[in-house]
Amino acid sequence: MAIFLNKDSKVIVQGMTGATGMKHTKLMLADGTNIVGGVNPRKAGTSVDFDGTEIPVFGTVAEAIEKTGANVSVLFVPPAFAKAAVVEAIDAEIPLAVVITEGIAVHDSAAFYAYAVSKGDKTRIVGPNCPGLITPGQSNAGIIPGDITKPGRIGLVSKSGTLTYQMMYELRDIGFSSAVGIGGDPVIGTTHIDALAAFEADPDTDLIVMIGEIGGDAEERAAAFIKENVKKPVVGYVAGFTAPEGKTMGHAGAIVSGSSGTAAAKKEALEAAGVKVGKTPTETAKLAREILAAG
Amino acid sequence: MDLFEYQARDLFAKHDVPVLAGEVIDTPEAARAATERLGGKSVVKAQVKVGGRGKAGGVKLAATPDEAVARATDILGMDIKGHTVHKVMIAETAPEILEEYYVSFLLDRANRTFLSIASVEGGMEIEEVAATRPEAVAKTPIDANEGVTPEKAREIVEAAKFPAEVADKVVNVLVTLWKTFIEEDALLVEVNPLAKVASGDVIALDGKVSLDENAEFRQPGHEEFVDHASANPLEAAAKAKNLNYVKLDGEVGIIGNGAGLVMSTLDVVAYAGEAHGGVKPANFLDIGGGASAAVMANGLEIILGDPDVKSVFVNVFGGITACDEVANGIVQALQLLADRGEEVTKPLVVRLDGNNAELGRKILSDANHPLVQRVDTMDGAADKAAELAAAK
Repeated sequence: MAIFLNKDSKVIVQGMTGATGMKHTKLMLADGTNIVGGVNPRKAGTSVDFDGTEIPVFGTVAEAIEKTGANVSVLFVPPAFAKAAVVEAIDAEIPLAVVITEGIAVHDSAAFYAYAVSKGDKTRIVGPNCPGLITPGQSNAGIIPGDITKPGRIGLVSKSGTLTYQMMYELRDIGFSSAVGIGGDPVIGTTHIDALAAFEADPDTDLIVMIGEIGGDAEERAAAFIKENVKKPVVGYVAGFTAPEGKTMGHAGAIVSGSSGTAAAKKEALEAAGVKVGKTPTETAKLAREILAAG
Repeated sequence: MDLFEYQARDLFAKHDVPVLAGEVIDTPEAARAATERLGGKSVVKAQVKVGGRGKAGGVKLAATPDEAVARATDILGMDIKGHTVHKVMIAETAPEILEEYYVSFLLDRANRTFLSIASVEGGMEIEEVAATRPEAVAKTPIDANEGVTPEKAREIVEAAKFPAEVADKVVNVLVTLWKTFIEEDALLVEVNPLAKVASGDVIALDGKVSLDENAEFRQPGHEEFVDHASANPLEAAAKAKNLNYVKLDGEVGIIGNGAGLVMSTLDVVAYAGEAHGGVKPANFLDIGGGASAAVMANGLEIILGDPDVKSVFVNVFGGITACDEVANGIVQALQLLADRGEEVTKPLVVRLDGNNAELGRKILSDANHPLVQRVDTMDGAADKAAELAAAK
């Protein structure tokens, strides 16, 4: 099972022929991802050889879907062109668009998110500014290293890429059903809540690890959702307890403004919803182990 | 990036939001000519990115050019809530104010859309109005793709119950303010107060603008808004080298890859510091993915150049980045700094995990640099770095 992505996913890559797209298409293929095409209007009709695997390049997302039955697109398109590329994916009604690109202007993200909603929400957007998602042993749509861990029964949702990797590494012997990096930008498509709901419904997930960070109130809203809707155990971690007010910590969305967005407030909200929250990634992993061991 | 009031005023003027005349100066003497240009009287306004400057004495009326010089002398250099005043705006004096309103557009993260906030009870902090009289604050969601048309603006005016005699003028303010929001890639445009004056006109008397730094690629003009005077010199040096760096007030220098991991590292070091005399992180520095030796050298140079730093913690989880490359980067960085004649005396604690961690650790062990210690867990390394900082 797993969420959003599995062995049957047919993946195309928008921006495949750029340097980043090439590098990560190769890695995704090595992880067993069924990549069926790339998209680049200027190179339509050509193909790219990845260690003996020929991947065709199509002119548009719509054409790629028509020819291959693709249902996932991973985007490595530079910030200036990302909005147009996401809008194209939405117009083609691809069910899942994973936007890896970092540094997209918020007005562009807000515009393509609103566009997806206005088109009936037929396209789930993950990101932008995210590492993508992986269902170990089945498919990898993004830049999460495929060799950190193996298939297992933990579901992971995180704002941060490197903390996703760190947590997968801490719990590598147990393994993961799926791990979703939702991104650290102020406007993102798929939220903690979307992933929590999907993991709750996924029969292959026994426990959910949720990683948040300072800024916004997504963790607080996720806590309210957990309280009402999630029966499976959830373990949480929030980065940025020592972050000062008014300073953006790397991610465009990671900023404490006044009394809102602090790590302490997020931890408190999660604990009030019955989520065990670790002080460090290592302690969080330990909490997850204890819950799984107790059955 | 938050702007000064005068910069916000200039952007408002550019997009036809009604504002009063004003110019920014940074010497008292310049207040004379500026006030003369305004007809002999002016308001002298401290330019600081913090609220409450009026109460702090940072806004004064000047009835003559001489008085403007005197007031500018008082205000320049003043400390307002920890912000030093480097510039003042010499503004046209407002005609008699009859009413004060509030209008803004901002990003609504929770709903992933834009939001208009409007109130006929302006002049004070909108959070205060919202807390005490929520019915006096009208919040209207704005579709990012439809924007604020005159019809939408009228909807906002009605929702906030603006008086009929100013409705058309407020609609005009909203449409032009939205234009500012969109065309400047702003995260916030706020007018407070929006004043109805004796002539019947509606004028933006003070404003706040915050711009999206991710939009710099299509906003070349925004470069001029960067506040070099108030920037921390280490932050300015890091920005010049394209490093994602924030100066903090502790003793343990931090370098890591990925914003989330670095934020987490700050926390882990602060916790570890509790057992070592309360030492804390000295900075946030994210070297990002694929850190080359040059990037590592630049990062180390910034951190070692911070006199507050007593020890350095390099915390890398190799995802796509290979730890052997990172280890080579550290060794080469130290060599680079030595070649530049910079003496490195601060101890480094390095934790490498993930992709090619064993290779990376071996490279560090083989290099056997006297200042570099390897600790292979994040918590253990944080403890060692805190201990070394406390011992200095």
